[in-house]
Amino acid sequence: MASPLLETRSLSMHFGGVRAVSDVNFTLAEGELRCLIGPNGAGKSTFFKMLTGQLEPSHGQVLFRGQDISRAHAHEVARLGIGIKTQVPSVFDGLSVRENIHLAASRLHSGARTRRLVDEMLERIGLAHAADRVVGQLAHGQRQWVELGLVLSTDPQLILLDEPAAGMTHEEVQKTADLVREINRTKALIVVEHDMQFIRMIAKRVTVFNRGSILVEDTIENIMRNPLVRDIYLGKQAAA
Amino acid sequence: MSGRNLNLLGLVLVGVVGLIFMFFTPHFADLDTVLELTVYMIMAILALSLALVWGYGGILCFGQSAFFGLGAYTYAIAMFNMGESTLPVVLAVILPAAFAALLGYFMFYGRISDVYLGVITLTVTLILFNSVNSTAGPEFHIGAARLGGFNGIPGIPPLNWPFNKGAAVDLEGMFYLSTGSLLLTYFGLRLLLASQFGRIIVGIRENERRAELLGYDPRAYKLATFTIGGALAGFAGCLFANWGAFVSPTIFGLAQSAQIIIWVIVGGRGTLIGPVIGCIGIQWLSAALGANQPSGGSDLWSKIFANAPLILGVILIAFVLLVPRGLVPTAADVAAFVLRGRRRREQRGLEPQQAE
Repeated sequence: MASPLLETRSLSMHFGGVRAVSDVNFTLAEGELRCLIGPNGAGKSTFFKMLTGQLEPSHGQVLFRGQDISRAHAHEVARLGIGIKTQVPSVFDGLSVRENIHLAASRLHSGARTRRLVDEMLERIGLAHAADRVVGQLAHGQRQWVELGLVLSTDPQLILLDEPAAGMTHEEVQKTADLVREINRTKALIVVEHDMQFIRMIAKRVTVFNRGSILVEDTIENIMRNPLVRDIYLGKQAAA
Repeated sequence: MSGRNLNLLGLVLVGVVGLIFMFFTPHFADLDTVLELTVYMIMAILALSLALVWGYGGILCFGQSAFFGLGAYTYAIAMFNMGESTLPVVLAVILPAAFAALLGYFMFYGRISDVYLGVITLTVTLILFNSVNSTAGPEFHIGAARLGGFNGIPGIPPLNWPFNKGAAVDLEGMFYLSTGSLLLTYFGLRLLLASQFGRIIVGIRENERRAELLGYDPRAYKLATFTIGGALAGFAGCLFANWGAFVSPTIFGLAQSAQIIIWVIVGGRGTLIGPVIGCIGIQWLSAALGANQPSGGSDLWSKIFANAPLILGVILIAFVLLVPRGLVPTAADVAAFVLRGRRRREQRGLEPQQAE
């Protein structure tokens, strides 16, 4: 088997006596698209924070292409090539859409090349018409895309998306799913989502988190049939 | 489109008005006025230092006066020891900058939160105030310079042309120097803020975590911003020590450090021209109110109007409550609102058939 893009070894995060994440061994292959599901408080967001240097794990390791990044700073992890779209859109609210994207793109490029890349990205996220609007004034779904544009502009090898479809209309969810599939043609992704419609649109393999550990990992079809998963999480939604 | 043009227009306007002011004032105003205006210009440079650090960098520094005072004292002490001003001026910039870098290193790399940062910087300037205040005896001296404690250091030798001890800068020269420095500082900061560095520090102010997740190290950028602010404040302090030929510990005091913050609040964070206007306006007002004092009548109203700190306090509270963003951003909002309204009316006039 080829060496994995991302690997965690008995990764754990304890807050006082609470085990938010415990002993997670997770592997992601190059170019893979993985969905992460699980009930609220299962440790998905904490897991993401440890992958991106926002939290230092209590125990265990995070390996990105074999390099231990579990104690690296968030900006160092970003420079190595991991980008994250956080659960609540984290954007530069006081700046325009163009300024937002420019700030991200200009870490790697400069001058006219940056401006061209920014224009391309504005087209790609469908916000070229709103390029000069202040991001803080945009609708929630549009701010999600601005954040996606920010992440994509830094050209990461691995992209983590924390609830990318939250608060979107059905049409927007469709568009986001298309975008995720398009991104996956060149990059690896891990997607946390509650919206099962959305998961079904994009998923190949799914990892189910429960109480800070991996409960099961399988194809989407098997996950939907798994009675254990139904019990802890899917409930009536899966039957629909 | 118009945003960019307006920006350019503003720059040209500041440049033209600034240059006219600089070259014509000494010909038309008496020496007292020129002297008064000189200190306004010097303080405006100090205001710009906090405009950068707080207004753009998002670093709430309550102790900008620490760097201002260090600059003034460094110049004074170096002057008494060297007698020629080239190196003292350089030291008066470098020393405060180095101190800011050291202090900033511990604050930013120690991940001190915003509120504590304010507390620490304020404490630092008050510690400097107390330390220097208690150096009154003749045993406190650095080389030939006696620190003088609460009496301060009088009779500081004036600036001279670089490497030319004989050519001292006179009062009019100080006006040109201070105004020119203010203009250079203003345009220098505009350039800095238009650069990649400037965009990043504004991004960090807007959302530090996001900047970090994009691969920028906020600690390094904040440290650089804080250090530049310290250097500018030190330079202003150097000019100030020259202007009055005197420096005393009150330069580190609470009143001085609070004043700088008030200039920025009144003028508006996130602009450069705002704090300059706020600084000059408030200093002018303080001087005007102070002038009432000696002749002040005995009735209640003249007593109130002679009480400058009271009036300034009322102004500050009024601004925080009513114009929280400051003069310049609020004026820009009003202008944009009026312009938009007119454009809308024009469009309606052109296309009446669209109105239903």
